[in-house]
Amino acid sequence: MDWHLLFAQLLNGLQLGLLLFLLAAGLSLIFGIMDFINLSHGSFYMLGAFVCATVAAVSGSFFLAVLAAAAATFAAGALVERCIARKLYARGHLEQVLVTYGLILIFDELAHLVWGPAGAAIALPAALEGRVDIGGVGVPRYRLLIIMCGLLVAAGMYFLVTRSRLGMLIRAGASNRAMAAALGVNIDRLYLLVFAIGAALAGLAGALIAPLTEASIGMGGEIIIIAFVVVIVGGIGSVKGAFCAALLIGFIDTLGRAYLDDLLKLFLPGAAAETAAPALSAMSVYVLMACVLALKPRGLFAPAGAGVKT
Amino acid sequence: MNGALRAFFKLRPKLPAKMFGRRAVLPAAALLLLAPPLLFFTGQDFYLDLLTRALILAIAALSLNLLVGCGGMVSLGHAAYIGIGAYSVGIPAHYGVHDGALHLALAVSLSAAFAFLTGAVCLRTRGLYFILITLAFSQMLYFTLVSIDAYGADDGLVITRRSSFPGLQLEHALVLYYCVFAALALFLFGMRRLMHARFGRVLLGCRHNRARMRALGFDAYRHQLACYVLSGAVCGVAGFFLGNFTDFVSPAMLDWTRSAELLFMVIIGGAGALFGPLVGAAVFLVLAELLSGITLHWHLLFGALLIALVLRGQLFTRG
Repeated sequence: MDWHLLFAQLLNGLQLGLLLFLLAAGLSLIFGIMDFINLSHGSFYMLGAFVCATVAAVSGSFFLAVLAAAAATFAAGALVERCIARKLYARGHLEQVLVTYGLILIFDELAHLVWGPAGAAIALPAALEGRVDIGGVGVPRYRLLIIMCGLLVAAGMYFLVTRSRLGMLIRAGASNRAMAAALGVNIDRLYLLVFAIGAALAGLAGALIAPLTEASIGMGGEIIIIAFVVVIVGGIGSVKGAFCAALLIGFIDTLGRAYLDDLLKLFLPGAAAETAAPALSAMSVYVLMACVLALKPRGLFAPAGAGVKT
Repeated sequence: MNGALRAFFKLRPKLPAKMFGRRAVLPAAALLLLAPPLLFFTGQDFYLDLLTRALILAIAALSLNLLVGCGGMVSLGHAAYIGIGAYSVGIPAHYGVHDGALHLALAVSLSAAFAFLTGAVCLRTRGLYFILITLAFSQMLYFTLVSIDAYGADDGLVITRRSSFPGLQLEHALVLYYCVFAALALFLFGMRRLMHARFGRVLLGCRHNRARMRALGFDAYRHQLACYVLSGAVCGVAGFFLGNFTDFVSPAMLDWTRSAELLFMVIIGGAGALFGPLVGAAVFLVLAELLSGITLHWHLLFGALLIALVLRGQLFTRG
């Protein structure tokens, strides 16, 4: 076995997992605290990527572009919460699905109008290009930066949720929002903040991935479904669950794509293995979800009392 | 646009009730029976196509209505069954097998099997989880089909010959139309019987108060699973027709946005209303035609309309 390749794949898995965490952390809080099903969360991811591409092209500073993307998506999230989402908290999930689906159509079409159908690429600054040598493996410097950013945000979220006053309110809201409201928590402001922070995290993820994949219109829809799976597996409303599930799914997805055909070739003839492997690795994440749900229908780390609604 | 919108709002609550009240059923059925030959022989193929598509989508929406309207289970993965039905035509046709009975049997049995396997997991959960999990399973199927190069991956398969039954050639646009019409009529009749049967009553009871139904001795899980499987199988038939109608199958057919469109049709027709899906499918197709005639970016208008309708509470007059 090629250990260098394995190491590189593990780093890729870590990178995917951390990106998924950025998306899933906000999503999980929005689902858990507001009991609001936000299908359009992927639109913030896309918006972040496009804003990052534009600001990077205009200002020339990638760092500034990432900050601008997070700020823009924070504002967009706050706007969506104020104008639309807020009116739907008390309504049924069905209505939330339809409205957020409508939001996706609008966001996608707006991106199409503003940035054109082609997508936008971002050139990396010279300082971030090239590779760093870790134990004999050349790791692209930029991937390392993504991983560092992801870990930093994860640590920040951990601190925010477990140590800060806002986090205390968030946890209170996640486990029993009626009680939190009764105890005088300003629920309106809390919801606005959580929604906007969630959107900003998604925007940050989009901005970070944009130099690797370039910003494109369908990008939100592709990754958001996996982020949903992360939220389900981790347990709706749990940031810790989102982190564990995101890493788990990041590794399974990456390693499945890389090694499943080799593994299958041990049991199957080569041609059959090469046909079956991509299909099986595409399914692997969902099979994991089904297994987790069969054992724990509320996910691995569901907060006590969250989402209790019949 | 604003005036038209306001008119639509005013009209909307009366749509299913007035247009599809009992008295409207016969004229509507007569129209659907008699219009196609007229359209066909006057060369209005475009409208015949639109009508056929509307009826096929109505079958799919009807199956979702069984879940959402009767069972109260909001599934966001129903397009998966359209895909299974369509690929049940496409894959055998790819190997030169054009036997319609086999295609139909495959469509129904595979849809039912997929519904049974995924439903057994989905139905262990409620609310948000249920929506997300049905969505995830349909995307699983989507990505699986995308990754199989042998069946065209992203590009899908072209169906060179439609399913053939002894004495029935679906190649003819009118024959296909009347087959779809017959199937829809059959399913509408079955749905009506089901809603009034003990099974439908139990489902309705589970929807309103699951705990009480269980206390009364009904196995809610098994009833809901049966409903889920039935709904999947019916939607598989819609997929079978859609594959034959478009002469083409691709993973795009089971993209989750298709599922959202089906939900829209169910809701706009009134969830639980017998003829709602038919109205919903027609409204959806007409809206899509009208809006795409106004601008290339009609999704923008459609999205805004959708949000406006829901926020104003206009979509939920019947439950």
